Amino acid sequence: MSGEAILTRNFARSDSHTLGVYRETGGYQAWAKAQAMEPTAILDEVKRSNLRGLGGAGFPTGTKWSFIPKNHPGPVYLVINADEGEPGTFKDRYLLERDPHALIEGMLIAARAIGSATGFVYVRGEYVEPWRRFAAAVREAYEARYLGSGFDIVVHRGAGAYICGEETGLISSLEGKKGWPKLKPPFPAIKGAFGAPTIVNNVETICQVPHIINRGAEWFAGLGTKTQGGTRMYSVSGRVARPAVYETSVSITLRQLIYDLAGGVTGNGKLKAVVPGGSSAAILTADEIDVTMDVDGLRNAGTMAGSAGVIVMDETVSIPEALMVVARFYAHESCGQCTPCRESTGWIYKMTRRIVERRGRKEDLDTILDVAKRGAGTTICAFYDGAVGPYISYIEKFRGEFEALVPK
Amino acid sequence: MKGRDDAPAAPTFSEAQLAEVHRLQALYPDPQGALLPALHLAQEAFGYISLETEEYVAGLFNLSPAHVHEVVTFYTLYFRERPGRHVVSVCHNLSCHLAGAPAIIAHLKTRLGVAPGETTADGRVTLLSVECLCACEAAPMMQVDDRYELDLTPAKVDQILGSLA
Repeated sequence: MSGEAILTRNFARSDSHTLGVYRETGGYQAWAKAQAMEPTAILDEVKRSNLRGLGGAGFPTGTKWSFIPKNHPGPVYLVINADEGEPGTFKDRYLLERDPHALIEGMLIAARAIGSATGFVYVRGEYVEPWRRFAAAVREAYEARYLGSGFDIVVHRGAGAYICGEETGLISSLEGKKGWPKLKPPFPAIKGAFGAPTIVNNVETICQVPHIINRGAEWFAGLGTKTQGGTRMYSVSGRVARPAVYETSVSITLRQLIYDLAGGVTGNGKLKAVVPGGSSAAILTADEIDVTMDVDGLRNAGTMAGSAGVIVMDETVSIPEALMVVARFYAHESCGQCTPCRESTGWIYKMTRRIVERRGRKEDLDTILDVAKRGAGTTICAFYDGAVGPYISYIEKFRGEFEALVPK
Repeated sequence: MKGRDDAPAAPTFSEAQLAEVHRLQALYPDPQGALLPALHLAQEAFGYISLETEEYVAGLFNLSPAHVHEVVTFYTLYFRERPGRHVVSVCHNLSCHLAGAPAIIAHLKTRLGVAPGETTADGRVTLLSVECLCACEAAPMMQVDDRYELDLTPAKVDQILGSLA
């Protein structure tokens, strides 16, 4: 229905996480091929594939890799962001549990392209089973000598903090500190983990790399849109008939994803709104779902592809209540470093809460919009911009529903 | 004021646990990289991270106790007081909320007689209400110790609680 399954091709097998199954289905052939390629040839292949980061920012992966200084005398690190935490997203959990060797093989190839001998995989602390599965696969890869002969992987567990999914917050945490994001520049590619040039990539992004090497950049680019290649894994949840991970081309529309793949709205209800890319993406109304799900398609629609976490809301859902839940999340997870974010996320949660509890004031909605708009772009990292997306879009698109809760 | 002699004894790692800390420290370009993993190890060994444990771990890393305190208090998975024998963390984020998490949390509160953030009087269960655990396809859900419990109903919650010793 959605074309060929690439990343998820083995997911139905209960032993899909083992080295045996991975090899049997073509695993580590791309690594064999990549070892005969010059690092620049690997980089060029990934650039031409139009692979874009699948963690949230959608930055072109090959371009990111090319920022590593040439012939750097010291170590270069490859860091994998497996700190999945964007509300509505669960794809990396599946990859770690069901195809961990794809990540290891992708890391081997990426490390060759950027000249790295050490990779760190930062797994969110709550992911105990995915961490065990991935660590077991790493042990298998050492025994099979894929690892330990030129490239090593350190599996690192986080300790519970959404901000560590932000790449410089992740680096701080990996260094044994609280996960405070760092000012850029310098970008991690110049001065990253432990002061060395570092590439931070998402799990799913790196799992795509072996397929690009095996089947070529043109094939991968052809699966997607003009500006983004490939398939990606959409996490679909909320008020849909079949919540699940769906792998499909990034050229699919949001309508097709909801109705053709996820079975439509729960109980044949009426669609009200959709969050298309994790909770930090601006909300879309039921009339705005004829958009393609690639990075640029959603950006042009005034929202973002983000982590591809699709949260569906039907007519039974109260949008003010949904915003209160989202605002509580940002208030809890703000790291506290920048004043606009620390203060606004706390106050906006309190205000949305009093609106939902019918204690709101007439001026609250405009105050929230004003605070949100002033603070955007003033902080060290993108966390607060991510919070502002829902604050503004929920209120502007469903203002009547909020106003109805404010006592006259 | 309690005298120094009454202060809780400083917890210490066994030889094997110390060896594991040193192995972890050697994995990072700067040993400090192993601080979070070492704190996980300390929590496993001692049940929670007390101020004395922070001081002890700080000594193993040549860090100030203040730095370790800052790290411990930043993250949600380090307990600063001894939790119950089981930790039940219910997701209250958006997808779970849409799937009925408030009713699941209300049910847990009634069954356990505690609010989120509290531990039952018999020390069996600590109840927490937490942000997205990224299993939204099976909402509402919760984490019980190491396990994810999915597609919760009140009946399923009762069954799970009944299995916790």
